[in-house]
Amino acid sequence: MSTRGGTHLWVAQRVTAMFLAVAVLVHLATILVAVRGGLSAAEILGRTRGSAAWLAFYAVFALAAGLHGAIGLRGIAAEWLGWRGRGFDAAWLTIGLLTAIFGIYAALGLYAA
Amino acid sequence: MEQGTLRVSVWRGDAAGGAPQFYEVPARANQTVLDVVTHIQREIDPSLAYRFACRVGMCGSCAMEVNGRARWTCRTHVKKVAQDGTLELRPLANLPVIRDLATDMAPFFDKWARARGTFQPKDAPDGAVPAEFHIVPPATPKRQAADAGIECIGCGVCYASCDIVAWNPEYLGPAALNRAWTLVNDVRDGARQERLAVVAGDAGCHACHSTQSCTERCPKGIDPSGAIAGLKRTLFWNVFGVSR
Amino acid sequence: MRLDPRPRSHPTYVAFLVHRISGLLLALFLPLHFWALSQAINGEAALEGFLRWTDNAVLKAAETMLVVLLAAHLAGGLRVLALEFLGWRSSQKTLVAASAGVSLAAGLLFLLNVV
Repeated sequence: MSTRGGTHLWVAQRVTAMFLAVAVLVHLATILVAVRGGLSAAEILGRTRGSAAWLAFYAVFALAAGLHGAIGLRGIAAEWLGWRGRGFDAAWLTIGLLTAIFGIYAALGLYAA
Repeated sequence: MEQGTLRVSVWRGDAAGGAPQFYEVPARANQTVLDVVTHIQREIDPSLAYRFACRVGMCGSCAMEVNGRARWTCRTHVKKVAQDGTLELRPLANLPVIRDLATDMAPFFDKWARARGTFQPKDAPDGAVPAEFHIVPPATPKRQAADAGIECIGCGVCYASCDIVAWNPEYLGPAALNRAWTLVNDVRDGARQERLAVVAGDAGCHACHSTQSCTERCPKGIDPSGAIAGLKRTLFWNVFGVSR
Repeated sequence: MRLDPRPRSHPTYVAFLVHRISGLLLALFLPLHFWALSQAINGEAALEGFLRWTDNAVLKAAETMLVVLLAAHLAGGLRVLALEFLGWRSSQKTLVAASAGVSLAAGLLFLLNVV
């Protein structure tokens, strides 16, 4: 029973949740605006290309979402599949960071395309 | 006054397994679920095992699953819970069965001990009576937070209603954490930091997902879910070195 | 796992289930979403090609469902944060949060359909 690890992961999930609460609102608003008249690559890239503000937003968003999701999956796997212990914790943290890196890579693509 | 017949299904068995058995009990105008169980044991089948003591909602020993929900049977009227004149009685969930409707409460109370549920006087760690009385104004926020959870009778209804206990056997559960939060708010207690340390993490308050089944079912109207949230909040600020 | 619905019908339990299921699906979708966006690395034409591939009823329905899941998970998350950090206690307020989530989701669904 790694109580400390559990506490820190929980804190990480709540801190990311507080950021995501704002970011998801921005994301949903952007989606609603973007889908008016249909999605197009030109429209998306017109917004993101060369925009340091959008790159920063999406990079932090991807980091928070990747970690938040992986910590959530860790809890579900522990309760519904019995996957517990330090090995699984390390695996979930790795999955979360890899997902985040993948997201930041995609955000760089939208910035540089 | 007799008012027809109740059809009662009672789970009979032991740790190795069991099955429901059916009884017919005379329905009466003012009848608790515990009255029904007592009727079966006294008039129909003396081998039925169940547990009760005070019959007035103080001792916390008569809890069972009534029609799928954990309840204190001595204060539960049949007319409130019977469906089409039927009752389904089972032992409390999430606890080992001793026999029939009697469960082994040891794991439940062991977790109270693990959550440091005993009061530790600040001025007399060895348990002696302090020389001076503590002045604790009842209207202070801390005392009100402690009072909110102090009437727990240890019936185990919240523990049996909690899915997290079922999914995570190490989890301390709502009653033990409610007790810990009560003592964390007790200004006379001297074990605050040690208690906060043992209720943190995956087996403690951070396992709770706020399904609020405990708060929904507590017969005393206590809000263990809110108590657990209080522990999480206090520990959150603790991580950043803020004592609240 | 116990599957008796009788002790699990209170609104706060349903709120937990919605939060967990939506979170699970969103976490599984996240890598797919990043993969789709990463098409932009190969230029505007590649991203446009992918977007035109999604122009069919099945994927539009899936996208709408994801937006609703995201809105529902946001509303459920605000409920959890309110309980844990603001000390909200009564289930009355939970109902307010839940209904706000439902209306938010419904509103988004409507907007997605009309445009």
